[in-house]
Amino acid sequence: MVLELASNMGRVPEAPDLAESPLSIRGLTVTYGQKPAVFSVDMTVEPGKMTAIIGPNGAGKSTTLKAALGIVPHVSGQVQVFGKPIDTQRARIAYVPQRASVDWDFPTRVIDVVLMGVYRELGLLGRLRGRHKAKAMDCLNRVGMREFAERQIGQLSGGQQQRVFLARALAQDADLYLLDEPFAGVDAATEKAIISVLKSLRAEGKTVVVVHHDLATVTDYFENVFLINTRKVAEGPVTQAFTAETLQTAYGGRLATAQVDQLAQAVG
Amino acid sequence: MSGEEFVPLSLTPILIGTFAAIACALPGNFLLLRRQALIGDAISHVVLPGIVVAFLLTGAISAWPMMLGAAGASVVAVILIEAIRRLGRIEPGAAMGVVFTTMFAGGVLLLEQTDTSNVHLDVEHALYGNLESLIWLDAVGWSSLLDAQALAHLPVELPRIAATLVCVAMFIGVFWRALKISTFDEGFARTMGIRVNALGMALVIVAAIAAVAAFDAVGSIIVIAMFICPPAAARMMTNRLEAQVAWSIVFATISAVVGYVLAGYGPLWLGAFDAVSAAGMIATVSGIILALAAKFGPCRSRTGAPMTA
Repeated sequence: MVLELASNMGRVPEAPDLAESPLSIRGLTVTYGQKPAVFSVDMTVEPGKMTAIIGPNGAGKSTTLKAALGIVPHVSGQVQVFGKPIDTQRARIAYVPQRASVDWDFPTRVIDVVLMGVYRELGLLGRLRGRHKAKAMDCLNRVGMREFAERQIGQLSGGQQQRVFLARALAQDADLYLLDEPFAGVDAATEKAIISVLKSLRAEGKTVVVVHHDLATVTDYFENVFLINTRKVAEGPVTQAFTAETLQTAYGGRLATAQVDQLAQAVG
Repeated sequence: MSGEEFVPLSLTPILIGTFAAIACALPGNFLLLRRQALIGDAISHVVLPGIVVAFLLTGAISAWPMMLGAAGASVVAVILIEAIRRLGRIEPGAAMGVVFTTMFAGGVLLLEQTDTSNVHLDVEHALYGNLESLIWLDAVGWSSLLDAQALAHLPVELPRIAATLVCVAMFIGVFWRALKISTFDEGFARTMGIRVNALGMALVIVAAIAAVAAFDAVGSIIVIAMFICPPAAARMMTNRLEAQVAWSIVFATISAVVGYVLAGYGPLWLGAFDAVSAAGMIATVSGIILALAAKFGPCRSRTGAPMTA
């Protein structure tokens, strides 16, 4: 009897949503000083979809992503990537940080930044070969920045810098792409270029998660949304989770009623 | 100048000065880009209490215990600076300012309270080092470089600083990509699984080792100057990290060689009789190089402020 029970227990599969999700977060809490920035958040990203993380300024959108990735420490919570601990899955993750988070005066060229995407593949002392350079050039080509390869990164416009960051993420050859505010302060051409690359990634079966601030484009760009205001507000397909009610809950008084109505119409 | 004169009197000080300059300039490149350049300054101040404590424990002025004391004090300071920076959430400059003034003051108090009046432990030695005294008396000319017996009497500082340089260069070489990416984009480096905090700490410890070894041979003036001047001048010559590091090595070498020669012979050329401090002249030359690079360097303008698209 006991033996039978033990063997049965051994066969009990893991919670299926945890095992299949490219990124699943349970009970994530992050504090800055005494104040919680993210409180007990659960998130389950659907594979092969584009998900937007949405919420007002200071709601913990970027913090959720950074804490999940281990860039900022979290007080509590568990993070699994493709059902396994994140440290075993880092090769499958590509990350695009906020453009303002780095020093663009750093002495390096566009191509060198994209090559940072293959550093993991190279290891500590692996030689950088022609095929790595060819891959980096190909990634630059995909974001329309091929002719800028030899430029110093500080000589680029904000939109061009953002595209270089996306090219670096492409060079990482990942299955899960996490982007932090990629559309912030970029020109219309760059926004178009970025969204078309992201859609092509989805077409290849990759999963894309974007911290996003522009409510007007959510329904056009994304299938799923995750609404947050320190705590999780809603999660799921745009048609169900991106509604006037959930937006009102997430943004509260910060969103003008007219804006909510307009969005509600857009949502349908 | 003939080999008989040059090899015993000038070769070893020039080599020691050059190795010390490069050993400090190499990590200086990364410290500069991380906005931590003043850490060299901090280290050369905080070693004082370490040296005094080492003297108190051993009762003698000898190289190894004092170097260990200095290294110990540097490590304590580095940990304190990182702790204050992270716990207090303040910028690194402020954390360094607090730590190195406090530790230096502690060192002065310690020095005053103990009976060191009969030994040669003074501020002057700490500042200027004594590069000019590191001569190779057993050498008779270039042929001595192949003479095992003469080589056995090389000033002990030379192999020590050479070994330090090799260690520093190996650290930078092995962790080149990790250092580059964690300096440029710390968040991205973390997502790749690079242990950014440990690497940053290791860089500062390597810098401290270079500083202490150079401090022992050439004094703190050169240490402070070489951490900052050659990398800063090199940054204005190029927009590539690889080239910047190469330029910084060139500038460090020029500073050491030209500075030493000018200190030894410059006053004679001007009709005076005394030589001036080699350490002071080397630091001055590096400062002049920095000024020239700032005026004429091809990449001296700031380009990186993100433009709005």
